[in-house]
Amino acid sequence: MSRIILEIKDFSMVFGGLRAVDHVNIHINDGEIVALIGPNGAGKTTLFNCVTGVYKPSEGDIAVSNPESKVIRTNGMKPNNITELGLARTFQNIRLFSSMTALENVMIGRHPKLQAGIFGAIFRDKSTRTEEKQVVEDSLVILKKLGLKQYANEPASSLSYGAQRRLEIARAMATEPQLLLLDEPAAGMNPQETKELDDTITRIRDKEGITILLIEHDMSLVMSLSERIYVLDYGKLIAEGSPDEVKANPAVIKAYLGE
Amino acid sequence: MNKVLKEIRTSALSALWMMILTFPIIVIKVNTINMTVNWRWINLMWVGTGTFILSWLWRYLLDRKENGSGLKKTDTKESRRFSLHKSLNDKKMRIPVLSTLAVLVLVLPLLVNFYQVSIMTSALIFVILGLGLNIVIGYGGLLHLGYAAFYAMGAYSYGLMYLYWGIPFWVALPLGAVSGAVFGLLIGFPVLRLRGDYLAIVTLAFGEIARLVLENLSGFTKGPEGIAQIPRPGFITKLSLQGATIYLFYICIALVLFTIFVMRRIEDSRIGRALEAMSEDDIAAQSMGIDLTKAKLTTFALGAIWAGMAGVLLAAKTTYINPGSFTLMESVMILVAVVLGGTGSIPGVILGAFLVTLIPEYFRALSDYRMLMFGVALVVMSIFRPQGIIPRVRKHYIVGEDQS
Ligand SMILES: Nc1ncnc2c1ncn2[C@@H]1O[C@H](COP(=O)(O)OP(=O)(O)O)[C@@H](O)[C@H]1O
Ligand SMILES: [Mg+2]
Repeated sequence: MSRIILEIKDFSMVFGGLRAVDHVNIHINDGEIVALIGPNGAGKTTLFNCVTGVYKPSEGDIAVSNPESKVIRTNGMKPNNITELGLARTFQNIRLFSSMTALENVMIGRHPKLQAGIFGAIFRDKSTRTEEKQVVEDSLVILKKLGLKQYANEPASSLSYGAQRRLEIARAMATEPQLLLLDEPAAGMNPQETKELDDTITRIRDKEGITILLIEHDMSLVMSLSERIYVLDYGKLIAEGSPDEVKANPAVIKAYLGE
Repeated sequence: MNKVLKEIRTSALSALWMMILTFPIIVIKVNTINMTVNWRWINLMWVGTGTFILSWLWRYLLDRKENGSGLKKTDTKESRRFSLHKSLNDKKMRIPVLSTLAVLVLVLPLLVNFYQVSIMTSALIFVILGLGLNIVIGYGGLLHLGYAAFYAMGAYSYGLMYLYWGIPFWVALPLGAVSGAVFGLLIGFPVLRLRGDYLAIVTLAFGEIARLVLENLSGFTKGPEGIAQIPRPGFITKLSLQGATIYLFYICIALVLFTIFVMRRIEDSRIGRALEAMSEDDIAAQSMGIDLTKAKLTTFALGAIWAGMAGVLLAAKTTYINPGSFTLMESVMILVAVVLGGTGSIPGVILGAFLVTLIPEYFRALSDYRMLMFGVALVVMSIFRPQGIIPRVRKHYIVGEDQS
């Protein structure tokens, strides 16, 4: 049995009187592509925010295991520390650094992997210079993987919507994650771009060995990509299983089509 | 035609509103000796016509700005290329321009009288302050309104260390920088969770607290009367007043150059990029593994170092310090220098610092109205040129197309 990378146990998130996520159990195995689906407002993004430390979970446990299989409870940890455990994410409402170029956005993602401190910045010693050269090269390689190399010098804000979404993935990959959390990566993409995204995500998993958890509304993408699906509705987990199982599940059909 | 009528109406309404608003102050004057009231109706007329004209002019400029920017938007890319091109050309110009400037600066104390040198020194100290605050506001994106407290920290480090232990200028200078940084960290910790307006208010309060402590801890700091007879830096032997002033001028020039050097290095480094990311989107930055706690503390400490040094320089220049030199007004003036010149832009901040210090010096008549003047300047700038007089040109990492 493969290692469990992320385990969410009996987890709830409460905003004032609203239970955005309600007693949810989810686990992600190493090497899987898992989708989290559900109608708008179901609590999917909230779950991502809690897993990545943007919000502190109200109840329950979230645990991440590092590559040495050491399990670490992440409730209340800061986002940057969770990133260092190997979780990286993209945002539903794109949050690129818009005044920076595509290359610089990816360079920010390399931040936790670099060493140079304030003295390195001022004295610019040999190791800092080598590191700075390396970070540009590494970032270019990542851009290339996502087909963004020709935009390296363009400001992030000038890229097309689809390219911005891919740049978010590139930036997240720069942190060298073991688990990549993608929040609606295909939103706003045309069918052609979505098709390419499908290939890209599969390639990231197969070639880089990065596990993927994605939130997505495009059902054909979800069905073709994912090996397991969790369905959330009004904060509650209403179904889980393989794409075929989920498609046939009456509760899911009801949640999506209404009464 | 209709538009003109509408303009007249709007301006007339503004004028009427202003006349009503200022009526009690400018029309009524009570003569307390004769117990009579003077009605100065003519003043009302001046206010009315003045407001009418200004309001018209204001809206004319606004109109022009809006239509102008609409035109520009279509070819931003083109103009970006163009300015890049221009700055490339500038590089060739750089050496002659810089060397002319260097020679000018070096011989300046020989050309002008010693009073002018002293004013220039004040301006240079302000440049260091502005560049320091620029780290906090321009790079870190943290609105800090208590910067004068760091300045005071530096000045009092020298003052007190001289008073109690007789420590000389050259030892005090690095120690002032260190105590500024330590104080920056101390203020940084409690405000870590705050953002935007809240941060501004709390830092403002800390600034005032620091000043009040200096004022009231009179056993230790000599309170409001301040510390006098702090020595100017000596060069091998004790210098004459004239000599010391010129010497300090050169020290300031050297430190300004040093500051610029460090700023440029920081801007173009891992730390600089992290600060940039934090100021643009702190949640995204954090999700990319940037430790905001560390980044904010670094920002405060890095910003405070320069204020600490500037404080030591001030103490050495004026030979006298008291808490009154480090009021909120001082923090505001440094902020004005940064914002007016161009937040984040090194040449902008330098220009801003010179404007803020030299205008009141050379136009003595205006110095009573300087707050009013800078206030108006800020309002006008924030509407017509919010990036400052010399806007920041971010240096980008450009990679060649042919690279693998
Ligand atoms: N910061 C917040 N404060 C209060 N309510 C929130 C907050 N974030 C999300 N919510 C609420 O939680 C519910 C789930 O939202 P979200 O997780 O964004 O849904 P989804 O991503 O599945 O569309 C919504 O009702 C939303 O209004
Ligand atoms: Mg969402």
